[in-house]
Amino acid sequence: MADTPAIELRGVARYFGERIALRDLSVTVPAGATLAVLGRNGAGKSTLLRVLATLLRQHAGEVVLLGEPLPKRAFAVRGRLGLLAHEPLLYRDLSGRENLRYHARLHGVDPERVEELLSAVRMERRADEPVRLLSRGMVQRVAVCRAVLHDPEILLLDEARANLDPGASELVEPLVGRPAGRTRVITSHDPQAALAEADLALGLRDGRPTFSLPASEVTPAHVRELYS
Amino acid sequence: MPTYGKGLRGLSILTFVTIAVALILVFFYVPLDATQGFIQKIFYIHVPLAIVSLCGFVFGGVLAVMHLRTGDRRYDLRSYVAIHMALIFGVAALLAGSIWAKASWGHWWVWNDPTLVSYLIVLLMFATYTPLRFSIEDPERQARYASVFAIVGGAFVPLNFIAVRAAQEYVHPRVLTLTGSNLPGPMLLTFLVSLLGITLLYITLWKYEMAAKNTRIQMRALRRRLLGDDDISPLQRSAAPSL
Amino acid sequence: MKTAFTVLRKDLLLELRTLETLPAMALFSISTFVIFHFGLNQDTIHGQLAAGVLTATLLFAGILGVNRLFVAEREQGGFDAFLLAPVDRSSLLLAKATALFLFLVALEVIAVPAFGVLLLGPPLGPRLPSLIVVLALADLGIAVIGTLVSALAVQTRARDVIGPVMGLPLLIPALIATARAIGPLLGTVGPGSLPGKWLLILALYDLVFALVAYAVFDFLLED
Repeated sequence: MADTPAIELRGVARYFGERIALRDLSVTVPAGATLAVLGRNGAGKSTLLRVLATLLRQHAGEVVLLGEPLPKRAFAVRGRLGLLAHEPLLYRDLSGRENLRYHARLHGVDPERVEELLSAVRMERRADEPVRLLSRGMVQRVAVCRAVLHDPEILLLDEARANLDPGASELVEPLVGRPAGRTRVITSHDPQAALAEADLALGLRDGRPTFSLPASEVTPAHVRELYS
Repeated sequence: MPTYGKGLRGLSILTFVTIAVALILVFFYVPLDATQGFIQKIFYIHVPLAIVSLCGFVFGGVLAVMHLRTGDRRYDLRSYVAIHMALIFGVAALLAGSIWAKASWGHWWVWNDPTLVSYLIVLLMFATYTPLRFSIEDPERQARYASVFAIVGGAFVPLNFIAVRAAQEYVHPRVLTLTGSNLPGPMLLTFLVSLLGITLLYITLWKYEMAAKNTRIQMRALRRRLLGDDDISPLQRSAAPSL
Repeated sequence: MKTAFTVLRKDLLLELRTLETLPAMALFSISTFVIFHFGLNQDTIHGQLAAGVLTATLLFAGILGVNRLFVAEREQGGFDAFLLAPVDRSSLLLAKATALFLFLVALEVIAVPAFGVLLLGPPLGPRLPSLIVVLALADLGIAVIGTLVSALAVQTRARDVIGPVMGLPLLIPALIATARAIGPLLGTVGPGSLPGKWLLILALYDLVFALVAYAVFDFLLED
């Protein structure tokens, strides 16, 4: 078990013009732990995830992922991160299989893995239909495959269970849930559910952190403060 | 934070004096051109304007390179003002050239002058700089994309000139080929003074606009610090950099 | 290089699947030839006039392709998918420019013979080899500039308009060189020789902008 924390943020800020998207953000996530990020819509959760995914660079502060400082060493960690956000990042006119093979080639992953994952989420039979013909739940399942295709060490999940019925949710659990053993950062509109599967919790309000605690120490009062 | 106002008064006076001297030379010193007569004197305005505007675009491109290399948004502001000014000087050059064309050859526009034609194309291109900026809302991205465009534009200027020049079957026996300078003594002197005057004018105006914009930006920053972010009305969408 | 090939393959697959771009470009060029026939009121044209008509038509049809180049990436998260991968980002430029180049070649395979049939006076056959050389160089330039301009435009609000508006002035030197190079080829007397000076200018144009594009492209992708 490595001593280097998987994720370290120190005084991170990100602006959009004059608007503050993130400010004074500091948190450390040990390897293998799960961080739940809670907050209202527009609080900065998605921005934080995009910064961690190396898609946005911070305007102030330090971001260190797997021991590598960003943005300088972003290229070194990119292949070790997986992002599952609002957009499935799949081309609608290509089939699920074609999409996954494309991503596999981009990440230098064996195409065999595509088949493995498709079976794991029970999408083998419909994997050759264009994505635009699939239901949202199915698209989400394929998107999960895409996110874990390259076996990332850090998984960033923005509403990962959106559009998934309980059955499908169970299917993806071994891939994106705690059992997988990856370091995870999750956001969810359901604070209780998020806290239940997290080790640490971070509360965001208008881009600023309101609390940063072990998940077990988060009280309903903390949560209420975020949403009031 | 550099203040662009330093030395501005001295510079303005110098500009004014140089241009006054140039005008005196143009109207009282330089002999009338044998073939074109009085109207030829527009040359002393048109060509310097054209040259300075051209250099302004290249200057803007260089500042854009600095912006991308250092990430310092102040370079973007400088680049924006440079291109802005160059565009204005360029339009003025085009108008002066057009007047000259009308007076000399009877047409408001002539295709056989490669400099004039390549000017039109360059202006057409840089005229899209401001709409491009305006159509990007995220200020950082706006600055970055504008810099990319300015660099492409800067590379474009010489290429365009080469192509257009090559396309003219015969090179007009123009005084614009100044490399060897087929200008007689007094004309050369007047031209150089004129060129100096217009260059100084460009620099002075650039500094004025930089000072004005810089002041506005700092005022806004101060107000935000004093009054708090919420009491300041948000910036309107704008093509100008906001830092 | 391998990444560029992967992205290119994906784009070609998408185009084959959706056929959004190529048929439109081809139809547009043929309609334009018809319009020129009526606009110029000529049954056949030759020489510099023919060269101008052909070049302008190919340019405008090419602009149609340029607009579509990055739209799927923007709307379906293609940029994010690419940016998340541990790959060299310039390969996106290479892939897209190659895709555009191939689209232009495919367009010309249809449009040039159509031009030969509909408008051109002198027979096309003997002039074809030289024509291909010039058009190849021209396509390179349009591909590079088109990719740059498309990448710039796709993130803006006025994206369908601002692409062509930026691209056309930038392409004027290429247009000049192409049209002037083709002019002597389409003369009635028989195909003239390829004017070296225009090919040189085209090659210079392609080289300079390829280098500039390579240098600045990364800045368009990062955030």
